[in-house]
Amino acid sequence: MAPVSTERDLRLDLFRGIALWLIFLDHIPSNAVSWITIRNYGFSDATEIFVFISGYTAAFVYGRAMRRHGFVVASARVLKRAWQIYIAHVFLFAIYLAEIAYVAHSFDNPLYTEEMGVLDFLQNPDVTILQALLLKFKPVNMDVLPLYIVLLLWFPPMLWLLLRAPSFALVSSALVYALTWWFDWSIPAYPNGVWVFNPFAWQLLFVFGAWCALGGAQRLSRWANSPVVIGLAAAYIVFAFCIAMTWYFPRLAVFVPHFVAEAIYPIDKTNLDVLRIVHFLSLAVITVWFVPRDWPRLQSRIFWPAIVCGQHSLEIFCLGVFLAFAGHFVFTEVSNRLLMHVIVSVAGIAIMVAVAAMVSWYKRVERQGPGPRPPSIKPGYAGGDA
Amino acid sequence: MTGRVLLSLALLTLAGPAWAEMPGTCRVAEHQIERDFALPHVMRAIAAKELEILVIGAGSSLLPGPNGAKNAYPARLQLALTELLPGVTVKLTTDVKSRRTAAQMVKGLVPTLAASKPALMIWQTGTVDAMQSIDTDQFKAALDHGISLAHSAGADVVLINAQYSPRTESMIALGAYAEIMRWVALQQEVPVFDRFSIMKLWADLGTFDLYSATKKLDIAERVHDCIGRLLANLVIESAKPDEPHTEGGRQEQ
Repeated sequence: MAPVSTERDLRLDLFRGIALWLIFLDHIPSNAVSWITIRNYGFSDATEIFVFISGYTAAFVYGRAMRRHGFVVASARVLKRAWQIYIAHVFLFAIYLAEIAYVAHSFDNPLYTEEMGVLDFLQNPDVTILQALLLKFKPVNMDVLPLYIVLLLWFPPMLWLLLRAPSFALVSSALVYALTWWFDWSIPAYPNGVWVFNPFAWQLLFVFGAWCALGGAQRLSRWANSPVVIGLAAAYIVFAFCIAMTWYFPRLAVFVPHFVAEAIYPIDKTNLDVLRIVHFLSLAVITVWFVPRDWPRLQSRIFWPAIVCGQHSLEIFCLGVFLAFAGHFVFTEVSNRLLMHVIVSVAGIAIMVAVAAMVSWYKRVERQGPGPRPPSIKPGYAGGDA
Repeated sequence: MTGRVLLSLALLTLAGPAWAEMPGTCRVAEHQIERDFALPHVMRAIAAKELEILVIGAGSSLLPGPNGAKNAYPARLQLALTELLPGVTVKLTTDVKSRRTAAQMVKGLVPTLAASKPALMIWQTGTVDAMQSIDTDQFKAALDHGISLAHSAGADVVLINAQYSPRTESMIALGAYAEIMRWVALQQEVPVFDRFSIMKLWADLGTFDLYSATKKLDIAERVHDCIGRLLANLVIESAKPDEPHTEGGRQEQ
């Protein structure tokens, strides 16, 4: 296997930070500012970026642990991380309950008698809360963390395999993805339906990220830098952009040939449609081409806000979900003018950056802590989480 | 959003004489209406001077109160069509009950269609399926089944998607269901009345305050009135014999 670089790639933190901002903007319902986010201009969205980079960093951090301390220790760390994410999810659910209990008490409008029925589950909290703890009942926009938990639970054996036979691991992951489409594998949700992000399908992107981190990226670089691949990627992004425009300007839909529409729709987010994967890969190829690993600007102050958010992704992701609730609350209770959308969006990102900087500072202080302690982490990767 | 607002303001100034009967408040959202697919059965029924319509739907096709049925959009649609189609008898039956998913509505559809023999079935659905997070494949199958039942009973179909409800937006994930409705409509060549975008535009422009917490019915009644009128226009425009339907574009003149 190719030697793995020990220096953390700042591009990962940068783009994960940006993905966290985009997820925040997309999660505020009817946010006018969310027209800038990538989901409006193609098939994939910030979720793909987040899952891929999470797989990459998980392999980077726990791969090193597994090499040094063995399977058991590394697995224990992965499971501890999964537990932390579970706690974070339950915490967010508590905030969600508070929000909708408030709405149930304060809102009445004869136009929306039907829609208010969504609050009925408050009448049997025993079932609902239990189902939420089992990760079967998941409120809107709270589907990413449960996906992340399942991906991590499955990660120790996958990482073991990735370290020994990376190509075989990647192929078996792709096989699971293919079988998921073939046999309709899914995880049931409460009260009906299935998980919004099917872990059997989304694991492919996570494992692909991990594979890239463990030397796959170097092997791909010759391909990814070839003009043919870059050209194809650019062409696909333009194609996806044109299709996306027909969603907003239905009049343009007549220019989409019938057989093209038959072939591409519906674009399945739950099962990570192939069109979405290819779109994400195309974006990645173009991005890597524009932003090389040793790009000096990466060290500059302009990118620091996004990088610091990307380095503390769990904290900032949860904060983003909370801020999205809060932002929606401001829209309903204070003002729904365009100016307020801009203020809420900018203020939310500013809070995310401020909290990330604080977490960064706090972790540094803790590490220096009282008494001598050997520095366990290399400077290049300081402050980074899986 | 800003683009849409500007566009609709531009369209307001272009509004032609055909729209003279409609209050300006409703007309704001006129460009949201696509006349992509023809309604041949409706066309024939209008020519025969007798148009029978069946509205099936769930709770958002209803208004509470003693005058609810009179003021909800199905009755407003009937009234608007009667005004716009002088000499044509417009009959309307409704099969509307709250909290029904698409599949539940399809269950009783065959006898309902047989009883009223409509030329047009207007089908409002999507909200309850989203609220209960019904499997999207099942939702799609129910839509396909319902539309083919209507077609084989000799009725055209118009779909109506969910309402825009800003307060519950963070609790009901409508997105996937709206997309499936759009996709099924495209495949089956059925017009969709995009109630969601229309109401969203009204909210963005301040036409109606959809955020307000109130027990009063006035806004709800005006919203339903506008929906009924805009639906009537969609029906009439889609049933015009001599107009190319694929372009749909009075706006492009």
